[in-house]
Amino acid sequence: MLLIPCPYCGKRDEHEFTYAREGHIARPTNGAELSDADWAQYLFMRKNPKGVHYERWMHAKGCRRYFNVARDTVTHEIYAVYEMGQPKPEIDRGNGR
Amino acid sequence: MKQHYSIFTLARNAASYHEKWTEAWRSPDPKPEYDAVIVGGGGHGLATAYYLAKEHGLTNIAVLEKGWLGGGNTGRNTTIVRSNYLWDESAHLYEHALKLWEGLSQDLNYNVMFSQRGLLSTAHTIHDMQTLRRRVYAIQLNGIDSEILTREQVAAYCPILDCSPTARYPVFGASLQRRGGVARHDAVAWGYARGADARGVDIIQNCEVTGFDIEGGKVVGLQTTRGAIRAKKVGVVVAGHCGVLAGMAGFRLPIESHPLQAMVSEPIKPVLDCVVMSGQVHVYVSQSDKGELVFGAGIDSFNSYSQIGSPPVVENMLNALIELFPMFSRLRFLRQWGGIVDTCPDASPIIGKTPVENLFFNCGWGTGGFKATPGSGHVFAHTIATGEPHKLAVPFALERFTTGYLIDEHGAAGVAH
Repeated sequence: MLLIPCPYCGKRDEHEFTYAREGHIARPTNGAELSDADWAQYLFMRKNPKGVHYERWMHAKGCRRYFNVARDTVTHEIYAVYEMGQPKPEIDRGNGR
Repeated sequence: MKQHYSIFTLARNAASYHEKWTEAWRSPDPKPEYDAVIVGGGGHGLATAYYLAKEHGLTNIAVLEKGWLGGGNTGRNTTIVRSNYLWDESAHLYEHALKLWEGLSQDLNYNVMFSQRGLLSTAHTIHDMQTLRRRVYAIQLNGIDSEILTREQVAAYCPILDCSPTARYPVFGASLQRRGGVARHDAVAWGYARGADARGVDIIQNCEVTGFDIEGGKVVGLQTTRGAIRAKKVGVVVAGHCGVLAGMAGFRLPIESHPLQAMVSEPIKPVLDCVVMSGQVHVYVSQSDKGELVFGAGIDSFNSYSQIGSPPVVENMLNALIELFPMFSRLRFLRQWGGIVDTCPDASPIIGKTPVENLFFNCGWGTGGFKATPGSGHVFAHTIATGEPHKLAVPFALERFTTGYLIDEHGAAGVAH
């Protein structure tokens, strides 16, 4: 069971949250110029790291706001929680592949 | 020459107090070079090696396994085998596997305890029943056995299932694949390992791949914890860790790794002689030959490589199980575990070439790879041996995420993902 520190509500059990998968994937602004392969990269290809994962969660049973989490996919340790739109924090541990 | 397993071998070894059984496979040191290296010593990887040796005459092969044989998802699944898939591409692939299952114990001279005890998929709403009918008709058009049972027929087929009109999840009917069932998962890995080894394949355990040697866009070897190995061709079949290996080779996959949990109850006398799955309330259950009820449900939502799932998933699964089978409410858990599954956006596998020449991937089986083990190995062996995908594997190429030709088996496979 994850204990997730919502930046707006504080620490809550995992079952209050919805997972919104990998974060920091910006929609291309030059869509008309992109090839199908470029679109595949944006739509489908994922980092899926063994180590630090920058991901989004939504506090579905609380404030219903999205936020970013830097979490280790092996130990489940949460290194950082930060608001949407903020840049990725540097995490020393893990490989972040 | 390997010892042939039979009633006579058993009797002979019984006479010597079972102290003279020979090893089922060797544990050789890796050679410096192989014609082909398979990464991943689970069922799919070992089956690939077996069919490469048996059907394509490639015997200078190694299977590299970072842990022990079948210690990953092969030993962690709920052992269900079926081929009741909606889309033609999947139906053909899984039916190919099911046909191989039907002759597997004979082919391997190893009892994989394949038991075609029937597989029931229940429907709990009127809409569930409509999609179930559509699926059954599509499966029948593909020449695969599948039939619709009414509520009364379901109650007769599986009496312990709560089919009363007042049930929390009323049963409207079900689809039944009589050729579906279960197999002994460990035996599948061991049987393929023994068969491959007998044909000269080197099975190397405790050997983790740490990198690929790629020259001019072509794979020429691997770096491992037991030294460098040169290889003309490399096939990667590592389930949850496929993204890690793709990263080593310099490309990404449309795959995310999640824990999938399963558990068994204490063993009890036979009460359930078929497999029951419910996609709607999401649980699947069968009874093992030891008497334990084996059940599982969906993945944990978040990415993880930890082989540990979260309690809320277990709670949801048990809620569904107890409502469907009220008599199970007094059973105790024996154990619970997780495996890391490689989920694909369209819930279908990726089999074939990669951006690196002579490097082939077989991954993305997600929550349902065990049933496909023989078929997966068979088509992947063809793909590695010829360099071109087997005709059943063509639709499952990585390129489908560029062309948009997805094989959307979410729900269509009869189980929620």
